[in-house]
Amino acid sequence: MLKNDKYEVVIGLEIHSQLLTQSKAFCSDKVAFGEAPNTLVSPISLGHPGTLPVHNKEAVNMAIMLGLACGCDIREYNTYDRKNYFYPDLPKGYQITQMDTPICNNGSVEIVLADGSKKEINLTRIHMEEDTGKGLHDLDIENTLMDYNRAGTALVEIVTEPDFRSGDEAYAFLSEVRKLVRYLGVCDGNMEEGSLRCDANVSIRPLGAKEFGTKVEVKNMNSMTNVKKAIEHEFERQCEMADKGEEIFSETRSFDAMKGTTFSMRSKEVANDYRFFPEPDLPPLVVSQEWIAEVKAKMPALPKELYNKFTKEMELGDYDASILTESREVAEYFLEICENTKNYKAAANWTMGAVKSWVNSNATHIENFPLSPATIAEIIASIDSGTINFSVAEQKVFPALLDSPVKKVSEIIAEQNLALMDDDDALQKLVDEVLAEFPDKVAAYKSGKRNLIGMFIGQIKKKSGGKADPKKTNQLLTKALS
Amino acid sequence: MIIDDKKVEDLAHLARLEFSDNQKQSIKSDLVRIIEFCDKLNEVNTEGVEPLIYLSDQKNILRQDISKPGLSKLEVLKNAPSADSDYFKVPKVITK
Repeated sequence: MLKNDKYEVVIGLEIHSQLLTQSKAFCSDKVAFGEAPNTLVSPISLGHPGTLPVHNKEAVNMAIMLGLACGCDIREYNTYDRKNYFYPDLPKGYQITQMDTPICNNGSVEIVLADGSKKEINLTRIHMEEDTGKGLHDLDIENTLMDYNRAGTALVEIVTEPDFRSGDEAYAFLSEVRKLVRYLGVCDGNMEEGSLRCDANVSIRPLGAKEFGTKVEVKNMNSMTNVKKAIEHEFERQCEMADKGEEIFSETRSFDAMKGTTFSMRSKEVANDYRFFPEPDLPPLVVSQEWIAEVKAKMPALPKELYNKFTKEMELGDYDASILTESREVAEYFLEICENTKNYKAAANWTMGAVKSWVNSNATHIENFPLSPATIAEIIASIDSGTINFSVAEQKVFPALLDSPVKKVSEIIAEQNLALMDDDDALQKLVDEVLAEFPDKVAAYKSGKRNLIGMFIGQIKKKSGGKADPKKTNQLLTKALS
Repeated sequence: MIIDDKKVEDLAHLARLEFSDNQKQSIKSDLVRIIEFCDKLNEVNTEGVEPLIYLSDQKNILRQDISKPGLSKLEVLKNAPSADSDYFKVPKVITK
């Protein structure tokens, strides 16, 4: 948390999120990261004369879905605008965007802070636009090299209200948005690869002031930690300037991750003038209530909804519910176990315990976990019925299943003879044997050394090969010794 | 709108064009004439008239999300004023 006794920091975020469509926003070039340069390019993405853009319906579906998930109003009548600028990242000389009619307005995202408190971050808008090409500035001494594979990729830009008061809040918001877009399957949320990018508008004002200060836009922060660091640096920098009586002017600064500082990107005397005007090549987009309903029907359960279900209906604790909803895949795995067991707490423990540690130690995702949720439910049932105990399940059955995932839990138990002894006569025989072996200990027990019972149980367990049911053993022993 | 030297310079910068002083003067007088000509339109009363953006009444012209192979790299780079075998080359745009 940023502390300063004179100023507070005010932050708004702009998040660009690349949509997970197969093809680009306005033409059918493939969308992929890391392909050979300039191989996913057509005359449309190159902006050649006479080409005509046609909007990708799936990109609109995804924008609507994200808007619904954030509780936004979805606009019925949408148009597109040209944002004009000459910069080599867009060969057309303009970017297609939605200046006047963003497809989503209002809405909010709830964040949870480190101390557990919650805060609602309001959204101004979410609009659709296209991504730019990528410039490589360091490969060639004299030139910038351009790769247009990314040019025209479908984007949404999420713009928040200036609701953040610390870098930590911005960090929490970004993690929430990343979780959300991943749940919805509209973006992979990878900040390092740039599929989720964040710019921050940072200003300061004297504590208690109502009006906002002059904002500085900070760009090029390729991780959530860097966003937090850049905001904190910018807050300090602006406070120092204000203390020295220097004027803070509106400018764009870039974050230097190595130094943890920001530097000015554009000379300030030439103000941007994007000369927006309606894009006549794209007819208007009308989003009907039926269309919205169609998208709603395809929408998966949101993390917040699952959290509520887990804590209220399934009576899990706050910690369990938070961990289980961190990713959609983990939540779904857990829910599938619960389709086959009513022991939700055990299902949660197995998901967060043995299953997750397998995923972690194999550095993979839960989708690759070899055992079906039904199998985990079967293990839970075997414990609940008293056929095996938890340590046998975890140490013997679970690893054996990983070795041969097609086998049933009952097969493993039978093959390896792991079932607890449910034959009272056989167990009674073991009790008698052990007591006969240690007459002196029996005498000691009878003279008051009651804690020797543990030693007897251990011996019986050993003789049974770990299969003696501890509870039953205890009962029979106590009876025999009395 | 007032077209002065400053305006001409700003517009030239936005269009990434460079004019000599002589050219600047002739561009300026051209622009003044164009603006005057367009001002003629302001004489028409357009109150209550919606701006016309589209010449057809089409809407929702959308395509399915199917990707298709684009151009070959050779074709992509064919018209570039400057390129190597992989990239378009443009003047350096970032100075640190």
